[in-house]
Amino acid sequence: MPVIQVEHLHKRYGDTVAVDDVSLEVHRGEIFGVLGRNGAGKTTTVEIVGGLRQADSGTVRVLGLDPVRDRSRLREVVGLQLQESQLQPKLGVREALDLYASFYPDPADPAQLLDELGLTDRADARFEQLSGGQKQRLSVALALVGNPQVAILDELTTGLDPHARRDTWEVVERIRDRGVTIVLVTHLMEEAERLCDRIALIDAGRVVATGTPGDLVARATAEQVLRFRPSGPVPVGLLETVATVTHADDGTIEARGRDNVVQDVLVALAQHGIRPESLRLEQSSLEDAFVALTSHVEV
Amino acid sequence: MSSSSALTRLTVVESRLFLREPSNAFFAVLFPAVLLTVLGLVMPWADQPFDDTDPVLSQVNGITGYAPTVLALAVATVALSTFPTTIGNYRGRGVLKRLSTTPVPPSRILVAQVLVNLGALLVAAVLMYVLGAAVVGVAAPADPLVLLLALVLTVLAAFAVGSVIAALAPTAAAATAWGMSVYFASLFFAGVWLPLPLMPDVIQTIAGFTPLGAGSEALAAAWWGQPFPTSSLLVMAVWTVIGVPVAARLFRWS
Repeated sequence: MPVIQVEHLHKRYGDTVAVDDVSLEVHRGEIFGVLGRNGAGKTTTVEIVGGLRQADSGTVRVLGLDPVRDRSRLREVVGLQLQESQLQPKLGVREALDLYASFYPDPADPAQLLDELGLTDRADARFEQLSGGQKQRLSVALALVGNPQVAILDELTTGLDPHARRDTWEVVERIRDRGVTIVLVTHLMEEAERLCDRIALIDAGRVVATGTPGDLVARATAEQVLRFRPSGPVPVGLLETVATVTHADDGTIEARGRDNVVQDVLVALAQHGIRPESLRLEQSSLEDAFVALTSHVEV
Repeated sequence: MSSSSALTRLTVVESRLFLREPSNAFFAVLFPAVLLTVLGLVMPWADQPFDDTDPVLSQVNGITGYAPTVLALAVATVALSTFPTTIGNYRGRGVLKRLSTTPVPPSRILVAQVLVNLGALLVAAVLMYVLGAAVVGVAAPADPLVLLLALVLTVLAAFAVGSVIAALAPTAAAATAWGMSVYFASLFFAGVWLPLPLMPDVIQTIAGFTPLGAGSEALAAAWWGQPFPTSSLLVMAVWTVIGVPVAARLFRWS
């Protein structure tokens, strides 16, 4: 049974449809990415899953619980890290963790959590004295202090510098290694590609694709492109069987194709003792997939 | 963990946070005592009869005449300034919303805040009275029980109004702006700048219908030994009965 099951979720605010039709499943122990542009309906979706908002229609089950009916049970097993959520400026780091730990029936050890999130040497600092990355890590710590089975992390690294972002990613992987199922809301391709086992790509309140990052790239990618300068003359017809070939004036060859085109071209060249010099491979990234899958304008 | 123990933890933590904000500690706790004592020491009217023409008021000195007003100011400071500003700040920062992700109902932090502010008010009132009596000759209240009743209703009415501000203000800045407007209007009607008995009749009539104006009147009546302030107490009861449900209904967690 999936840890989270969402079926045909729909939510509107007045005339604005925030979530049109979202269905997704999150499996135990995975990092599940909810990826989409700003305003795509990601936050509304996870806030409904976390029991902070009520859907207009559709069903949600989290560990078999209904987020509305079983709200109090849900609070004990789901940790939520909210987007742009701050603490009281003068609240101490350890003080905050101890306080939030007292809210749960079976809390994690605050000291150990501080250690895991690299906040031990800031334990006596006040929230207002923390750096952006430290604030985010404390926020993650508060989402984990109740020993949740599911952690929902919304826009975890927004506003962090690249270094702090990478540190935070490592933290997320360590949490997954503890057996916590993670739902990661993000609009950053790099983050989703690096961390997520599976991704639901959301656009305009609908899921447009679900799968591993590789799946999504494959689904949206038309072709891969190799560019190289052959070390010797290439027999006519050698590459044409496996790729679409164009010869540039400067002797560079461009080979385009699908599926195994990269291997096929390299093997064919190797069989004739030709080395591809200055080889460049243009591979679609999740970002290309994202653009391809969410562009509304037909080209 | 039971929610009553969570409330205890929250109240302890919120008290510490209250004291870490120097302006809170000063304005909510110390200022009423400082104001009363300094005025008592420097003002020539402090030891003169409060009002020669009135049979009751000619029996109390000027600073005793002013004491109920300072007590009303102490109530207004926590109820209309400190409390709504803190809650508005918590809403704007997402503290209330974060709390609603935990098993503890977020309303507990409101209760904790009210308790902390009441604690501060209690300290402020005792400090003000002790210093006032010891240093500048503030007379003991004529009707202590009526004074207590008047104080309770003033607190209820003022917190009812403060709660409506706290319920709606999206940020600390908004809560401060709204709270300060109501605060200064209330101080005027409570007679902080000009004692109520010296104000024009029409202002006195209007003041009698505001929560802090009525509060100031009722506290004064009890302190000076005037007749039982039935209408002032009723006015405050009405503010409470209207304000609290309105605040509860309008309250937004984020």
